[in-house]
Amino acid sequence: MIWNPNKECMSRKNMRELQGKRLQKLVQYVYHNVPFYRHKMQEMNISPEDIVTIDDIVKLPFTTKQDLRDNYPYGLQAAPASEIVRVHASSGTTGNPTIVGYTRKDLAVWSEVMTRCLTAFGVTRDDTFSVSYGYGLFTGGLGAHYGVENLGATVIPASTGNTEKHIRLIRDLNITGIACTPSYALYLAETLDKMGISKEQIGLRVGAFGAEPWTENMRKEIEERLGLKGYNIYGLSEIMGPGVSYECSEQNGSHINEDHFYPEIINPETLEQLPYGEQGELVFTTLTKEGMPLLRYRTKDLCTLMEGECPCGRTSVRMSRIVGRSDDMLIIRGINVFPSQVESVILEMPEFEPQYMLIVDRINNLDTLQVQVEVRKDYFSDDIGSMLAMKKRLSDKLKSVLSISADVRLMEPGSIERSQGKGKHVIDNRKMQ
Amino acid sequence: MTIKQLTIFLENRTGRINEVARILGANGINMKAFSMAETADFGLLRLIVPEVEKAVQVLRDASFAVMLTDVVCLNVPNVPGALSEILESLACNDIFIEYMYAFSEGDSANVVIRPNDIEKCLGVLKDCTCTLLQTV
Repeated sequence: MIWNPNKECMSRKNMRELQGKRLQKLVQYVYHNVPFYRHKMQEMNISPEDIVTIDDIVKLPFTTKQDLRDNYPYGLQAAPASEIVRVHASSGTTGNPTIVGYTRKDLAVWSEVMTRCLTAFGVTRDDTFSVSYGYGLFTGGLGAHYGVENLGATVIPASTGNTEKHIRLIRDLNITGIACTPSYALYLAETLDKMGISKEQIGLRVGAFGAEPWTENMRKEIEERLGLKGYNIYGLSEIMGPGVSYECSEQNGSHINEDHFYPEIINPETLEQLPYGEQGELVFTTLTKEGMPLLRYRTKDLCTLMEGECPCGRTSVRMSRIVGRSDDMLIIRGINVFPSQVESVILEMPEFEPQYMLIVDRINNLDTLQVQVEVRKDYFSDDIGSMLAMKKRLSDKLKSVLSISADVRLMEPGSIERSQGKGKHVIDNRKMQ
Repeated sequence: MTIKQLTIFLENRTGRINEVARILGANGINMKAFSMAETADFGLLRLIVPEVEKAVQVLRDASFAVMLTDVVCLNVPNVPGALSEILESLACNDIFIEYMYAFSEGDSANVVIRPNDIEKCLGVLKDCTCTLLQTV
């Protein structure tokens, strides 16, 4: 099923024309409403009139996460405060969170693109659909919620937590669809086993999984254990939230809602635009956004773009699975974690050497984070209690900074490998490819 | 009247205790007593050796985290009830034992005690049936 064939199956020529027109309008809009972009364009000697077709996008400046932080909280907002009806904030990043304001029209677009995703997954108004992303500042919960409502299905705003109660609701309300992270889906399957409820006793048939990288093997396991079909949904709060791209029944890449989010792949070193089919960093321009429109936002996600009509009938460009990051960000249990956050906590504590290693793994389908740290010679003690207290101080601080708990391991001095030049601080044992 | 005990921080890794034993052995240092206190991810190895300074040096050279702790070491008759009498006296005098370990050999047994108050502990032990050791 296709929710909006006019847009999702538009000819390439018409789509590029539409994108060109929208880009022209967008550039005028940000030039006159966002000093950050006006100054950048003036520095680069470009004016809004230089942008005529979508191909002119390469003339425009990039936007980075750092730009968003530097302009905290509302520096990149284009719409007046009176037009902003909702604000979301990004999870667990270094320094300032990223604040994204939405106008009423932005929320309508968001609902529209989310509805396209759900329809591609085979969800209809006859479904009862549980949204099990966190509700709150995180875009997952509310983003998916309004999509389900817009589609006309029944939404169950289950959010996360209290999994046993959730499973009883899935069974008793005959919930047929669910949106959550892939790791939560696996946790759901485990809890189902623990409760002695078989997948035949529940009626789940479709899952919209996203907000963290996952593999084909995880898909197989989730589908097998929950008795549903699982689809990938991609999004990021800076651009909109969930609904930027989605898989269709072909499951050969995710279709990008490119009438709203224009994708490019660039070489992260030279910043040159790369042709379709080449792997590089994914960049988005929000063609229709009013609240906080972004030009060429660097996602740091590495993937490829694919053109060509899909057997499902859609003509939109598809993106491959994310194969990695062009920075050192880790996504652990759906939360963004930068090694530098751990480093800043350790540097503040005199008990520890500035040597650390993050070991990330996936045990029983849940991401785990171990932080190994060397204790300074003067801080060792013959008293086990004070050693354990030192360990707890660090894990408490990490928890408050990272928003996820880490297993702290106190190490002997000199036992963490020193490297020449740029230190290697992460061992990721999860098999993502 | 106290003895210097070596406390060595060890990650829970296979072969780590042996590494300590190997280094001491290679340097001709004999361990008189030891005990291991462990948590889920690290342990504290407590050692009594005759040549304290040399032992600290060779272990630190091998990058071990070594601390010195004052402990009380006493020799008691190896008969039922002998230790109980001593512990009774310590308890009556409100001396708390943070940890202790012991080993017996023939007619007598050696006991290593880490009390919360060393001076008071030594005072109490003077009146007990035991010999305080100054060297091992």
